[in-house]
Amino acid sequence: MAELKLADYKTTVHNDWCPGCGDFGILNAIQMALSEMQIPRHKAVIFSGIGCSGKTPHFINVSGIHTLHGRVLPFAQGAKIANPDLEIIAVGGDGDGLGIGAGHFVGAGRKNVDIPYLIFNNAVYGLTKGQASPTLRLGEKTKSLVTPNTSNSVNPIALAFVSGFTFIARSYSYDVKHLKDTIKRAITHKGLAFVDILQPCPTYDDIHTREWFQGKNKLDSDKAKPRIYKIEETGYDGTIKDESEVSEKMSKILEFSSEWGDKIPVGIFYQNELVPSFHERIAENNKDYFARPPSHQEISDIANKPLARIDKILDKLQIN
Amino acid sequence: MNTISWLIGGPQGSGVDSAANIFAKTCAKEGFHIFGKREFYSNIKGEHSYFTIRISEKPVNSHLEEINMLVSFDAETVFRHADKVSPGGMIIFDSSLSETLLEEVPTIDFEANKRIRKLLQDSGQSINLSGMLELAKARGCIVYGLPYFEMIEAVAKNMNDPKLSKLSRVVNVMAISASISLLGIKKDMLVGAIQEVFGSKPKLLTSNIEAAGYAYSYIGTKYDTKNIKYKMTPKDALKDYLLISGSQAAAVGKILAGCRFQTYYPITPASDESEFLESNQIIDQVDGKNGSIVVVQTEDEIAAITMAIGASLTGVRAATATSGPGFSLMAEALGWAGMNEVPLVVTMYQRAGPSTGLPTRHEQSDLLFAINAGHGEFPKIVLASGDIEESFYDSIKAFNFAEVFQLPVIHLLDKAISSSIQTCKRFSNNLKIERGEFKNVIDKNQNEGTAGHFQRFKLTDSPISTRVPIGTENAIFWNTGDEHTEEGHITEDPENRNKMMDKRMKKLDLALEKIAQDDMVMCYDFDSNSQNVVVSWGSTKGAILEALEKLAEEGSKLRFIQVRLLHPFPTEIVKKFLKDAKLVIDVEMNYTSQLGSLVQQYTGREIDYRIVKYNGRPMSTTEIYIALKTILSGNNERRIVLDGGT
Repeated sequence: MAELKLADYKTTVHNDWCPGCGDFGILNAIQMALSEMQIPRHKAVIFSGIGCSGKTPHFINVSGIHTLHGRVLPFAQGAKIANPDLEIIAVGGDGDGLGIGAGHFVGAGRKNVDIPYLIFNNAVYGLTKGQASPTLRLGEKTKSLVTPNTSNSVNPIALAFVSGFTFIARSYSYDVKHLKDTIKRAITHKGLAFVDILQPCPTYDDIHTREWFQGKNKLDSDKAKPRIYKIEETGYDGTIKDESEVSEKMSKILEFSSEWGDKIPVGIFYQNELVPSFHERIAENNKDYFARPPSHQEISDIANKPLARIDKILDKLQIN
Repeated sequence: MNTISWLIGGPQGSGVDSAANIFAKTCAKEGFHIFGKREFYSNIKGEHSYFTIRISEKPVNSHLEEINMLVSFDAETVFRHADKVSPGGMIIFDSSLSETLLEEVPTIDFEANKRIRKLLQDSGQSINLSGMLELAKARGCIVYGLPYFEMIEAVAKNMNDPKLSKLSRVVNVMAISASISLLGIKKDMLVGAIQEVFGSKPKLLTSNIEAAGYAYSYIGTKYDTKNIKYKMTPKDALKDYLLISGSQAAAVGKILAGCRFQTYYPITPASDESEFLESNQIIDQVDGKNGSIVVVQTEDEIAAITMAIGASLTGVRAATATSGPGFSLMAEALGWAGMNEVPLVVTMYQRAGPSTGLPTRHEQSDLLFAINAGHGEFPKIVLASGDIEESFYDSIKAFNFAEVFQLPVIHLLDKAISSSIQTCKRFSNNLKIERGEFKNVIDKNQNEGTAGHFQRFKLTDSPISTRVPIGTENAIFWNTGDEHTEEGHITEDPENRNKMMDKRMKKLDLALEKIAQDDMVMCYDFDSNSQNVVVSWGSTKGAILEALEKLAEEGSKLRFIQVRLLHPFPTEIVKKFLKDAKLVIDVEMNYTSQLGSLVQQYTGREIDYRIVKYNGRPMSTTEIYIALKTILSGNNERRIVLDGGT
């Protein structure tokens, strides 16, 4: 098969994101990851929620399912459980996944279906003109808020961990290489993977700007000192090789997850492939699941007669 | 007369259900048809539950108001039901409870207490169990007191097993055994039924058979049973009959239909179906391979429907099952499925609303909601089954419609169907799977869209486009809840909007064109020239048909129109059947006569009389018969509210 180039993963659909939007970096990183991994285009499916991030699938030249606000995870899980051979990637915004969809975020963690979930995290509801999202901190006032934010923020990394995600990472939309590598790791991971992608919203978030992340507006220094640092460069390895390491990792992850402001950690906080995936759990009761998952099963013959036999079930219900 | 209306009651969790099942099986083995109706509180243990069973030599599909035999092992059952026992009827009770005062039964709520107290006071009886029994005796009922405790002790002695505490669980079986003895049904049949129920638990099996045998002979030695009015003469065995509940029938239908993915969030009365599917997840196939169904319990009903839609996109026949409260949460996703032309079956077990309503009781009040659920306009099909047997066959049709027309199908069932049991002719598997324009191979040269994309929403003369699963080679496409192009990309172009709306909505016309008439409307004529027409839908079918049979025997011959396809509405067929109607009588289990409104809206024909009910208890054939009779005699209100049931 001919090699697939990066351009093969791009569509010609007009992209209407604002100039300078962090989404562009994320889009490039996804396309690069798909291309570097040479995932056949028909095998990959991008599922998305609603909002600016929700439009992502239309710009990627693989099948795309643009679902409902907050519901991307159950849609994507349903498809992956029915056909585990597909390479499904779920994407969505922070309001989408941690506000209206928070229940599914927790529910998905409990199941550990084998999909990566990328949250485009910009702390505002951009498409509805800049309201506070669940990741905007208490008291912060972005451009279009009337008063400073009166709700506290959710901690996505900690929430992912306590919900049961088995891969938890963070990256930054303008570090496309780091992001691409992180996405590739998330795709390869066996189980549910979460990548929290920090991104500026140039139109509505005047606090967490590109300059802010670069540390250019820090008052106490003449030289810009980037806020983001890579945990791998500090010698940290989030991979669990034995279940006994989990509790120790937990305190480290919670520590990383509460760092913010001057120092923001990115990288892979946690990866635990010892936890059985939802698919493996199904296969415990249904031995043929991987060989013949729901989507692969024939249900009728050439004459359109059902292949299923209900005789044994009916025999149990039959009188005499 | 060889027909009887029988009732057993007791505290929830005390084995009322298993006793009723053993009794039903026993009678079915003796060659009788069965219709059993379950009533229970939203409670785990202790509140009053009861099971009414009708036994007859003819098929039965409804219950009666009157009870001919009341079987009890607690006081509450007697207090609540003894006044419904017909003259000549029988009451089995625990003789050690005779002096129990009404006040001493804490689970009899204030309203019921007031009603029972008044009944006893008005007839000058004492306010205790004996009072209730005296009242029944005065009507000509026969009462049989059984000293259950002493009987258990005797059984324990016979079995050399002094552990009485374990044996107290056999009271229910002793009660039914006594009733079987009184009815003159052979003990062998009872033993066979007990074996079927307790076969896997040898210890329980032995003690239950011993206890049943003891109670059976106890009646024979203690009472003269010669002159009992209700004796059941054995019939020829029922050949190829099932004893099955509505939720089981719908589930077996799904398995045969090829449903291989089902989601659910626990809710009464829908969960039974999903649990049955999970218990039968490995599926036998004619080709010798095993099939399987994946049943997923989700975090809520929004996840349930969206997960099922996600699965359907991979080409599998997918469904979810729920009740009103869960269905309310599914409305938005239903619109997404309509917009993206995704085949999906939602099996909707109605219960009494609004809000939490009467969570374990019956109603048919979600008809208009099912039709209108979801914002905006999109096509869906709503079909309603009339009984347990229809639930099976309609399950298969629901999937065929979903795939042929590429839209969500709501299969309306209800609490009365799901939890009732009935003897049904063994289901046929000689059915057709229709998948419509479904393909899973697309030739490389067949690409029609730009850049080799697949036009999932291709505009042609037909509103149905070719559908492929996601993951199909040479067939990349998009779905979106936004208005979209033929490839599935967002567009707000006004011309495209009209074309896509027309495409989707035309499926409703196509459905009316393609669906067989019997699947849209069933017409039951007791006289084809009848000018008096009853219209209804769903589980009232059995009770209506029996009432009409009785009226026909008396010379009033009516027509019954059962509307099975509720959306799109089969206007022309309903019009045809109503053409010469003098009286149109609408019967349904809700407050506002929802089908009646549809009939008026679509056919322009006014409804003359409405028979409605909303107290949570299914319509009995008795009360429908009485209501129709008063209407036919010409002196009644235009709207009759039925109030039967305990």
